[in-house]
Amino acid sequence: MIRLTINNQPIIADENKTILTIAKENNIHIPTLCHYSDLGIHSECRVCVVEIDGQKGLSTACSTFPKDGMVIKTNSPRVINSRKNTVELLLSNHDASCTTCVRNMHCELQTLANKLGIEEKRFESVLDIKELDLSTPSIVRNPNRCIKCGRCVEVCRSVQGMSVLDFHGRGQDMSVGPAYHHLLADVFCTYCGQCANVCPVGAIMEKDNTDDVWEAIHDTNKHVIVQIAPAIRVSLGEELGLAVGDIVTGQMVTALKLIGFDQVFDTNFTADLTILEEGNELLSRIQNGGTLPMITSCCPAWINFLEHRYPEVISNVSTCKSPQQMFGALAKSYYASKNHLDPKNIFVVSVMPCTAKKFEATRPEMSVNHEDPDVDISLTTRELGKMIRQMGIDFTHLESSEFDGPFGETTGAAALFGATGGVMEAALRTVVEVLTKKSLDNLDFIPVRGMDGFKEATLDLNGQSLKVAVVHTLSNAKIICEQIKNGTSPYLFVEVMACPGGCVGGGGQPYGSTREQVGKRLKAIYQVDRDLAVRKSHENPSIVKLYDEYLKTPLGHLSHELLHTHYHDKRS
Amino acid sequence: MITQPLITKRCGNIDPLQIDSALKAGAYSLLKKVLDLSRLQVIEEIKNSKIRGRGGAGFPAHIKLMSLYQENSPQKYLVCNADEGEPGNFKDRYLMEHDPHLIIEGMAIAAYAAGTSRGYIYIRGEYQKSIEIMKQAITQASAKGFLGSQILGKDFSFHLEVRSGAGSYVCGEEFSLLESLEGKAGRTRVKPPFPTVKGLFGYPTLINNVETFANFPIIMDLSGASYAKIGTPSSTGTKLLSLSGNIQNRGVFEVPFGIPFRKIIDELGGGIPEGRQLKMVQLGGVCGPIIPEYLIDMIVDYERFEVFESKTGAGAIIVIDDSQDLFELLANISDFFAHESCGKCTPCREGHAQIRKTLDKFIHYQACEKDLISLESQARIMHQTSLCGLGQSAPTSIISALYFFRNAFFDRINASNCQEVSA
Repeated sequence: MIRLTINNQPIIADENKTILTIAKENNIHIPTLCHYSDLGIHSECRVCVVEIDGQKGLSTACSTFPKDGMVIKTNSPRVINSRKNTVELLLSNHDASCTTCVRNMHCELQTLANKLGIEEKRFESVLDIKELDLSTPSIVRNPNRCIKCGRCVEVCRSVQGMSVLDFHGRGQDMSVGPAYHHLLADVFCTYCGQCANVCPVGAIMEKDNTDDVWEAIHDTNKHVIVQIAPAIRVSLGEELGLAVGDIVTGQMVTALKLIGFDQVFDTNFTADLTILEEGNELLSRIQNGGTLPMITSCCPAWINFLEHRYPEVISNVSTCKSPQQMFGALAKSYYASKNHLDPKNIFVVSVMPCTAKKFEATRPEMSVNHEDPDVDISLTTRELGKMIRQMGIDFTHLESSEFDGPFGETTGAAALFGATGGVMEAALRTVVEVLTKKSLDNLDFIPVRGMDGFKEATLDLNGQSLKVAVVHTLSNAKIICEQIKNGTSPYLFVEVMACPGGCVGGGGQPYGSTREQVGKRLKAIYQVDRDLAVRKSHENPSIVKLYDEYLKTPLGHLSHELLHTHYHDKRS
Repeated sequence: MITQPLITKRCGNIDPLQIDSALKAGAYSLLKKVLDLSRLQVIEEIKNSKIRGRGGAGFPAHIKLMSLYQENSPQKYLVCNADEGEPGNFKDRYLMEHDPHLIIEGMAIAAYAAGTSRGYIYIRGEYQKSIEIMKQAITQASAKGFLGSQILGKDFSFHLEVRSGAGSYVCGEEFSLLESLEGKAGRTRVKPPFPTVKGLFGYPTLINNVETFANFPIIMDLSGASYAKIGTPSSTGTKLLSLSGNIQNRGVFEVPFGIPFRKIIDELGGGIPEGRQLKMVQLGGVCGPIIPEYLIDMIVDYERFEVFESKTGAGAIIVIDDSQDLFELLANISDFFAHESCGKCTPCREGHAQIRKTLDKFIHYQACEKDLISLESQARIMHQTSLCGLGQSAPTSIISALYFFRNAFFDRINASNCQEVSA
């Protein structure tokens, strides 16, 4: 521990922490811009400069470690002037059309400019207008708003191990984007959307589809139904100003009804269905000598990664469609016939914590009638938040309502799909009971929970040990794929999620999701699980009924037609 | 004569492409001598010589050497910075093209002292001739057993390779150079850690300028103590100067520290041609300060430069006569840095464009007093807050001009049609 002074305040601090961290711990606010708590030290924007006695230049608080006796000022005239100047320089090369920006009122640059009291345009704009990248159904890049902070580059490189985004050129011509200025659609981008989530401004965001949804809702010929993913109920509140990790399932259903959806369903229902199909697929692979380890297939960014980078591992991946797509397929078959609706008039909207889901919905194989998509539009948590705001709904004072049937009855196991390790845990609750023919005493599989990027667990089943692994982030997915390629994978079953923390940390979640926030959402997911009466997918009465009435048996003929898919080698 | 050829004494007297001619002139004799000493003895000699880095920053050479010596790492690297991109500097090129073996010998001595077995010489991409000569010299030195494994039969290996950049100025900055050596784009890193702790490929790395390495054999020859007597107490040894601009004799000269600039300009440079008057001198390169005529009695010395909040630079002296316009000159320098900025940090990436716009107002007689204030503030902020040496030193010319030629700015404002627009 060392002694230092910040703004005349004597402080005893750990010299292994940066000045920024120490200041924060002592309630001294130093503004930052490129800094992102989970992403190492950038020190590029130069906003967090502080003055250190005896040093001629200014130092960046985010990258400077203090020495004993240091006297630091975070708000001297020199610091304030420099900080303001730096932000003014950023604004001189930024499309500051704030009122028409998706990040208006949620923009870190706008907030900073406001805090620093920037009220005149001192510098002439040097912005050279470039074209937007609208090439993908998932992500839009607006280079005119990019402030080159490098967060997206860092998250793509160090968290996801992809390096799809990087810096190009130099000086004022420096830009951020895929190599050789390619479009996102032309490179191996998985559309995980982590770049959009960490972007401080409106330079990367999801492709907005809210207008398509409004149009469908206002079309009297359309029967518009919505399904909502497990992770949304623990993050939508946050998007709408409630505390991080607040569980808002009931209010969310009410809001969706107020928006005008004809029926409000739960993707958790098809998450339960996934467990039945995928669990049986695993059992069948074990019993019939199929390819092992089997890997989960719910995460569309992971599937994109698989097809682009590791097509040799395709046979290891479960053929189950994701819950979003199982829902879409059932909606336009089972649900349509049960309700005497023309599938062509059913408009399926999904709300997902994810940007890659938008791409998944457009896959040609995700169409029951080989013509229209099973899921017409996939929205992110943020887009739903926007629609709720557009409707003028006072979310905090909404009464609770229940999901509609038949896709409304769900289990705790399904809720877990929102968390890393959740699909594994849900599957184990079913598979273990089938294999041991005994009811589980304890449903919680603790080793597969938590934020560790690579988790493994060994289960004892009738004297046989079964090794499973759970990974999240694509960097860790790479490790699993390499193991399988090399034949050194010791596992029977592996869960892969592309985003940190699983879907709760998805690219479509409220902007600026940090590990801390993701951790709170994870806790909430486990709370949702605990609060439900039924916590095992195979005990969901509506699922049992669906098989009785329609599908007959897991992995049966109809299942294959509706609920399973195949993957392509897209490496070339 | 005021020159004192130590590191250039063989230049012109040997054939750089024939190692035998260098050997006859004594090349590698000091390496032989050094290999009989302990590593600490070598570092002690370097310490006694008080030599400071010749690349511009003037950091004491023995401290870096000692840091690397003390690093306990499975791999350590030695890097010679020959990315001589600073306009007005051409002394490293002169050394490489005239006595490559002196540099190799100096690097081998440093490698021995620091305990590294692998080194790179990173040569500016445009220096094709230097690259060719250094490559040949390395091949010949390896064949003679001065490089490679078991050098001169001792338990010391040193493998040296030439690498070059693609012509980016910022790659002369040590972190950008390391990035470039690793095959990445030349953009600086956040420090700390410094290269001696975490450098090339994450391993401890010693980076020195060509001229610094070239001095090591000289120090081992003369002894550290004798070397320390050359020059001034704070700046020992000789300095290679690149003399250019509006001057009769342009070229590289080796002088002991402590010689006044006026003597160099008059005696070595032969004065200003065409009957012109000396108006100002830019020291170190375009990243250095511009000083007026009345200051050129100042001597060549590290300490003197610190007055300008600037480093000595690598030893360029750019002579500017009275036909040159100060504002055009500053604009030209600003354009250079705008082009060479890597774009990583805000003040340097975005600052040059605004500085350039303000300078334009001075050039076109449209400047107001607030433009002067703005220019000064921009330059100071860029100097104080940029991430690397490029951004920090880019505005030195402006800061020094505002200090020494302030009246020129006011004269221009008074002669301007200032169109003050209030918001």
